[in-house]
Amino acid sequence: MSTNSITVKDLRKTYKVPEREAGLKAAIKSLVARKTKDVHAVDGISFQIEPGEIVGFLGPNGAGKTTTLKMLSGLLYPTSGELSVAGHVPQKREREFLQQITLVMGQRSQLNWDIPAIDSYDLYRAIYGIPQEQFIADRDKMIEVMQLKDLVKKPVRNLSLGERMKAEMVGALLHQPGVLFLDEPTIGLDVTMQRRIRAFIQEYNQRYNATVLLTSHYMADVQALCKRVIVIHHGKLLFDGDLTQLVERFSAQKTLVLTMSDMNGKTPDMAQYGTVVTQEPNRVVLRVAKSDAPQVTARLLADLPVTDLTVDDPPIEEVIESVFDAPETSE
Amino acid sequence: MPRVQGFAQRVRTNLQVYAVGARVAILERLQYPLASLMFMVNVLIEPIIYLVVWSSATVAQGGAVGGYTAGQFAGYYIIWTFVRQFNLAVGPDNFNWRIKNGTLAGELLRPVHPIDIDLAWNLGFKVMQVVYWIPIGVILWLMFKPEVNPEAWQLLAFPIVLLLAAYVRFFVMWLVGLMCFWTERIDSLIELYFAAELLFSGRLVPLEIMPAWAQNVAGYLPFQWTFYFPIELLLGRVTINEFGIGVFAQVAWILAAYVGIRLIWVRAVRRFTAVGA
Repeated sequence: MSTNSITVKDLRKTYKVPEREAGLKAAIKSLVARKTKDVHAVDGISFQIEPGEIVGFLGPNGAGKTTTLKMLSGLLYPTSGELSVAGHVPQKREREFLQQITLVMGQRSQLNWDIPAIDSYDLYRAIYGIPQEQFIADRDKMIEVMQLKDLVKKPVRNLSLGERMKAEMVGALLHQPGVLFLDEPTIGLDVTMQRRIRAFIQEYNQRYNATVLLTSHYMADVQALCKRVIVIHHGKLLFDGDLTQLVERFSAQKTLVLTMSDMNGKTPDMAQYGTVVTQEPNRVVLRVAKSDAPQVTARLLADLPVTDLTVDDPPIEEVIESVFDAPETSE
Repeated sequence: MPRVQGFAQRVRTNLQVYAVGARVAILERLQYPLASLMFMVNVLIEPIIYLVVWSSATVAQGGAVGGYTAGQFAGYYIIWTFVRQFNLAVGPDNFNWRIKNGTLAGELLRPVHPIDIDLAWNLGFKVMQVVYWIPIGVILWLMFKPEVNPEAWQLLAFPIVLLLAAYVRFFVMWLVGLMCFWTERIDSLIELYFAAELLFSGRLVPLEIMPAWAQNVAGYLPFQWTFYFPIELLLGRVTINEFGIGVFAQVAWILAAYVGIRLIWVRAVRRFTAVGA
């Protein structure tokens, strides 16, 4: 009996990319002696994901996230390394394996644009051999949760981006896959739609104990869904662990928010304590080095009529940015 | 959760895919009735031009050209229009489009071979084309008064030959389409393919009118079994021996193309999964 776990060992994908100088001479030369360059899209990453986990897969554009997801779903053949998804080797593309996974790419539609989504769902039922009764029950339930009741009867081309994405999600999960690869499922959607898609993923994960590997540039997705994150950059693994640990490890600064009582029109020189982010008469936001935070906090309390003080980590977006700016080290 | 399918279940699944896929294609055609009509007009322009040209030529030649009377030419090209609706296939350039826009990647994620989806879709497409053809066929029949004199056995054999013709064309074109996995610049090859089909299939003129060398070349190619053979059968110009040879050739081409697809598909997918899309 296979489980929904994912195992990746020393996974690599190298593309050979043609390369030549600009100009006619170089173009003619390349006809005879074609030069290629090796591009290491994924460069020796390893991780293990247990059944039922939702893991955020983060990295800047070109980091190798989509390449990894494509290898995990059997769409790309790895250059080297070992892969196991739900007990199968993805690149073999066995029918049983394809029955157990789904890959949703936010920027690519799988539904037929010319007909209503509900008709495409019927084709999926046939393709995945879903029993009719189960299909109708699951389909109607998902349509209800996603609030798609009337929309699935319209041709897909007439739906908005958010509506189409919701319809895509329903189509992608009708066969009840145990492993979900979600590549930017909320890209371009408004906040309400993002929230609905997130809730849907969460509910599906809890209901079926499905394993989810999610890429998203929206940190709200990651914070809402993923306890654990894997960060890759230039094809290498930079971090694998709890989201809170990521913040702890990569955030070099702390944010201090001070509220003070009336200072009779005096404006203290806050720059002596740290970098001033914002300053209002009774409220100041400071950014200080993480190591200096205890001393600065003590000085502020001693020097100023502080009525309230909070010490926060910077926003997750900033932390992630600092991760991508970090020197390349794999672990 | 995952459903592991045995052989019988897989056959059932494939049959369901054909039925539902065909239905989806019909729904798609119904969604755009005007586009379907324009497609039909586009498909019909070609044989009507041939029909007018050859009808005029027979009159100028005193009643017959290459053994075909004006009525037989009319019959040839009106049956042509029907056969054409039936042997519409997934064009080789369609693979280019599917690779470039990511549709193929989505199809490869499904536990059914893309050719099954194409077969299903093509079946529904044909059904709708034939339905759209009926009134046009009737008008052409009344206008050009064709001479069509099949014997009873030829009439009965026609649906079989027509079906085989459709699948010869479908499988051969699918095989040619697989070249897209190796080069995106397949346009010239596709043009060459269609030029060869035009010349050696009886699509442009009945093969009997073509020079001997062209008829010889046509004997080595699959094209005549997709147009000329079914048309000639319904015209009543095929003997029982020629029928036997024709059906044998059709089946042989289907098998050859199918084996070719099986062999090349594995390598094509391997190549696709090596370079990505």
